Amino acid sequence: MIKLTWRNTLRHPLRASLTVLGMAVAILAFCLLRTVVAAWYAGVANASPSRLVTRNAISLMFRLPLAYLPKIQAVAGVKAVAYGSWFGGVYIDERHFFPQFSVSVPAYFEIYPEYQLPAAQKMAFFQDRRACAAGRQLAARYRWKLGDAIILKGRIFPGEYRFILRAIYNGREPTTDEGRFFFNWEYLNEALKKDMPAQADQVSWFLVEVARPELAAAVASQIDAMFKNSLAETLTETEASFFQGFVSMTEAILIAIQVVSWVVIGVILVVLANTMAMSARERQGEYAVLKTMGFRPRHLAGLIFGESLLLALAGGLVGLTLTFPAVLVFKSQLGQYFRVFPLTRLTLGLGLGVALAVGVLAALLPAWRASRVGIAAALRKVG
Amino acid sequence: MTIDTSPAPLVEIEHLYKSYRRGNQTLPVLQDISLNIKEGEFLALMGPSGSGKTTLLNLIAGLDRPDAGHLLVQGLDLTQLTEAQLAAWRARSVGFIFQFYYLIPVLTALENVELPLLLTHLSRHERREHAELLLELVGLSDRSHHYPAQLSGGQQQRVAIARALVTDPALIAADEPTGDLDRKSGHEIMDLLTRLNQEFQKTIIIVTHDPEAASHASHIRRLIKGQLLNQDEG
Repeated sequence: MIKLTWRNTLRHPLRASLTVLGMAVAILAFCLLRTVVAAWYAGVANASPSRLVTRNAISLMFRLPLAYLPKIQAVAGVKAVAYGSWFGGVYIDERHFFPQFSVSVPAYFEIYPEYQLPAAQKMAFFQDRRACAAGRQLAARYRWKLGDAIILKGRIFPGEYRFILRAIYNGREPTTDEGRFFFNWEYLNEALKKDMPAQADQVSWFLVEVARPELAAAVASQIDAMFKNSLAETLTETEASFFQGFVSMTEAILIAIQVVSWVVIGVILVVLANTMAMSARERQGEYAVLKTMGFRPRHLAGLIFGESLLLALAGGLVGLTLTFPAVLVFKSQLGQYFRVFPLTRLTLGLGLGVALAVGVLAALLPAWRASRVGIAAALRKVG
Repeated sequence: MTIDTSPAPLVEIEHLYKSYRRGNQTLPVLQDISLNIKEGEFLALMGPSGSGKTTLLNLIAGLDRPDAGHLLVQGLDLTQLTEAQLAAWRARSVGFIFQFYYLIPVLTALENVELPLLLTHLSRHERREHAELLLELVGLSDRSHHYPAQLSGGQQQRVAIARALVTDPALIAADEPTGDLDRKSGHEIMDLLTRLNQEFQKTIIIVTHDPEAASHASHIRRLIKGQLLNQDEG
């Protein structure tokens, strides 16, 4: 029966090839779209439960006084505090986008052990106020080498800022963003003191590391209570919630992408079901003859399910194989928007599972019909 | 007192009725059929198109169910069997030969003959041996690895006969076995069936329009408008 299933699958090579190709494209599209969604959520997925973000309660656009730092450090359960600001400068021109942050060194990198800097480079970065550190991917993108001068034009903080690349960090996890640019907050603050004194000594957020994850909620409440009714009230939330807030702004797009990924699967399900229905209809006489020999409905259903699963599995495996180079192309072309583009085992497993489910679902109706075929009626029709 | 030494009937039919529904209409196909077929008999069922001969053959072979009447084959009341029991009985006891051969096009001659043996407990090696033996019997050992499309109509029908015989069934049911063949091939097929009946005492029922094919049978019965004529032309 396995031989018959295999040969039935290859009976119409063109039809089988096109079906496998269609399935492969659908699974490829499905996996790519799921990866785009995963990339969107990468920040949330990588968030640590021990990290809290304290920002201005009104909006991230409003900053907080640096003077809050010792008060936050004094809260029970707080292990370390760092701070930073979004810089948002322009490198070359506006098409060359990458995220830039002014951060407190070395505290920021102690709280973020995912950013791994070689010891000597770390030392050089921390000791030089005009130093900057870039992720491995970002450095590769612009072929930056240690010692290179990098000039950013500030938009939020007007002026020309010149940096020396002192460190290139690697991500500890495959999903760690290696496309970020960090420099010393002090360097920015000095410039602001000179040119925009009203903006000096302020930060966009404090990054709070708590001693144990279970203390996070209590620490967050304490911090916010401390600054209640002040000129700059705070909102403290877990790092995951903080990133989720950004993702939520684009949630409609994400939902649309997810819907499209399932629509693609729905379309290929209809295509495969049609192929299987066509094959089963053509073979009605053969099924009747098999029944005359004593083959039972379950045998016929097995033939149809086997063929459908073979087609779906072949298409699924081709699609999954194509996903790897497709992700690389996607990453190289859209790396500035998706610095983390994680093709995860979950996505691959889901792709394979979906392919098999499509194989089973596509065979349901033809198998049911074949199992109910009346021998005499089918032979009369075919003869 | 006389003792009946004739073989017991393999098929016993009494007052058998069968009709089909077409829309709201009921079309009677077989009416009050009574017939006995003895073991080792070679019976030809003749009659014009629509007379019900294929329907009668299908009922005897357990492919269809009657509306009323008694139908016993090998002493088994086929009307009382479930679908699964009927399928198992067909696998054991009946070999089919069709007008259009109905070989599986993606399997070789040998694999087609082997197909019914997949439902038995024979090993792969034993199945191959049986299938090769049957192909030899029908004179096609040299074509065992050919696909149906590579065989002539007569050769395909001989493969179909080998397939029908491979499980050593008690009954062979053939529906117009020469209907799609030229005269020479048709003659060869009928000679083969005659040999199976005479040398191996196989019980054979064929449905045919062709008087030449029917002349090979030991008995001929005619059906007209769903009714069996009384006289046996054997």
